[in-house]
Amino acid sequence: MSIGQATAGTGSGQGFGSGTVVVTGIGATTPLGGDVASTWSALLAGRSGVRTLDWEGIEELPTRFAATIAVEPEEVMPKHRLRRLDRSQAFALIASHEAWRDAGFAPRDIAGKAEPGEGFEPDPERLGAVVSSGIGGLITALDGYRAYQKTGWKRTSPFTVPMLMPNGPVGHVSIEFGAKAGAHALVSACASSAEGVGYAIDMIRSGRADVVIAGGTEATIHPFNMAAFSSMRAMSTRNDEPERASRPYDKNRDGFVIGEGAATLILESEEHARARGARIYAIVAGAGYSSDGHDIVQPDPTGAGAAAAIRRALVNSGLVPEQIAHVNAHATSTPQGDVAEIIALKEALGPKAAAKVLITGTKSMTGHLLGGAGALESLITVLALHEGVVPATANLENLDDAVDLDIAQGEPRRLPDGPIAALNNSFGFGGHNVAVAFQRAV
Amino acid sequence: MAATEQEILTGLGEIIEEIVGIPAAEVTPEKNFIDDLDIDSLSMVEIAVAAQDKFGVEIPDDELRNLKTVKDVIGFVQGFKDLKS
Repeated sequence: MSIGQATAGTGSGQGFGSGTVVVTGIGATTPLGGDVASTWSALLAGRSGVRTLDWEGIEELPTRFAATIAVEPEEVMPKHRLRRLDRSQAFALIASHEAWRDAGFAPRDIAGKAEPGEGFEPDPERLGAVVSSGIGGLITALDGYRAYQKTGWKRTSPFTVPMLMPNGPVGHVSIEFGAKAGAHALVSACASSAEGVGYAIDMIRSGRADVVIAGGTEATIHPFNMAAFSSMRAMSTRNDEPERASRPYDKNRDGFVIGEGAATLILESEEHARARGARIYAIVAGAGYSSDGHDIVQPDPTGAGAAAAIRRALVNSGLVPEQIAHVNAHATSTPQGDVAEIIALKEALGPKAAAKVLITGTKSMTGHLLGGAGALESLITVLALHEGVVPATANLENLDDAVDLDIAQGEPRRLPDGPIAALNNSFGFGGHNVAVAFQRAV
Repeated sequence: MAATEQEILTGLGEIIEEIVGIPAAEVTPEKNFIDDLDIDSLSMVEIAVAAQDKFGVEIPDDELRNLKTVKDVIGFVQGFKDLKS
């Protein structure tokens, strides 16, 4: 059966009821701030997290800036713990600690070892973790190999393998919080952690878990990786004004800006959340997936794959296009990708419903967290629904003529009242398309 | 010149503090690495490599398994020096 927009859903939305999944905790460490509050206020202020890099030899590279983390892990975690964590793993732990505390669960000591503090302790057998990374411990691998060439195998850290494996972050998170229902890392490049949120929904819906720590992380700002993306001609080269380089939908956009960081959402069955009197940020209504089957890096210019993912997200959520009030777009600031996504939104929602959707591209401020982007932008979508306000797309000065939908620009925009829904789109190299649907909890 | 017991103890304390974050003062001769200091096997490998560099000794993998307490390491380092001298 073909799933067209007319048959996209029942229109009731997920609502509250059996099988409903909600967000009860959020945490992040990003180029805009070391936690959710500082990240959110920077997003509303339209501040950029993009900075000039001062590495030795940086002048060799065509792109000499990136959205580096605002608060270094060394400021919040002891050095001896960081010795055995890849940077992406430290980010994931920091974001997850915040989300865990925010959900009202018994806090753990970020230095490790100490007994949990006061708070609700979820049943470990009913607690899952899904934390994804697009690339994994790249910095560990590259710097570790350089050290190996100098000093040989005996001085290679015995923690190298667990530090570089892409399931390392979720392994650490599951250990930290005692998750025993299952720990999973989904790998689909820049769609990884959006796919992870979808997997977390399924873990709860299928009865495998009551609570899932769902996150994404990435730490790949390294000369070799910058060179690799540069050789693809994928990155912006606006070296004279880096904070204005990430400019989704702007006529003069010239590529994405690499970012780093992590975000975590605590997903919980509504029943479990209600029973313990938890605060509910939003309903996680469902997710949809597709694969372009087109090109290893280029998006399908017709947006057909992205449109299919959005339609499937609506079906999976029981939502109709008219309920979607807001989209946090993938919008990486590449010439082709931004337009293909707009085409996909019109195709999936239908021209009338699409025209009423308020769209934003927050990578204009955070940079592109690659595998961490889906979790961070899901978190931002949840906050937009909860706070009723959408951060504006920064650096949007001259709207691309091909972008004929309502893009939030200039100032943050209010969202309507009521049980509105929102989408977070994430697409990845390999042709992965994921859309996650959220609905305001009223 | 061979290191004294106290010098080895101090050096080992510094290594352990840096690698696993246990305060050097807690590293006393009778402590067992696994039971008392809660140091895992991969961390022991790192500590052994650092100790080899610091004290100029070689600790074969077979020997590492026998070094269960701080005192064992002190004894091994002193014995190694003695053999060489």
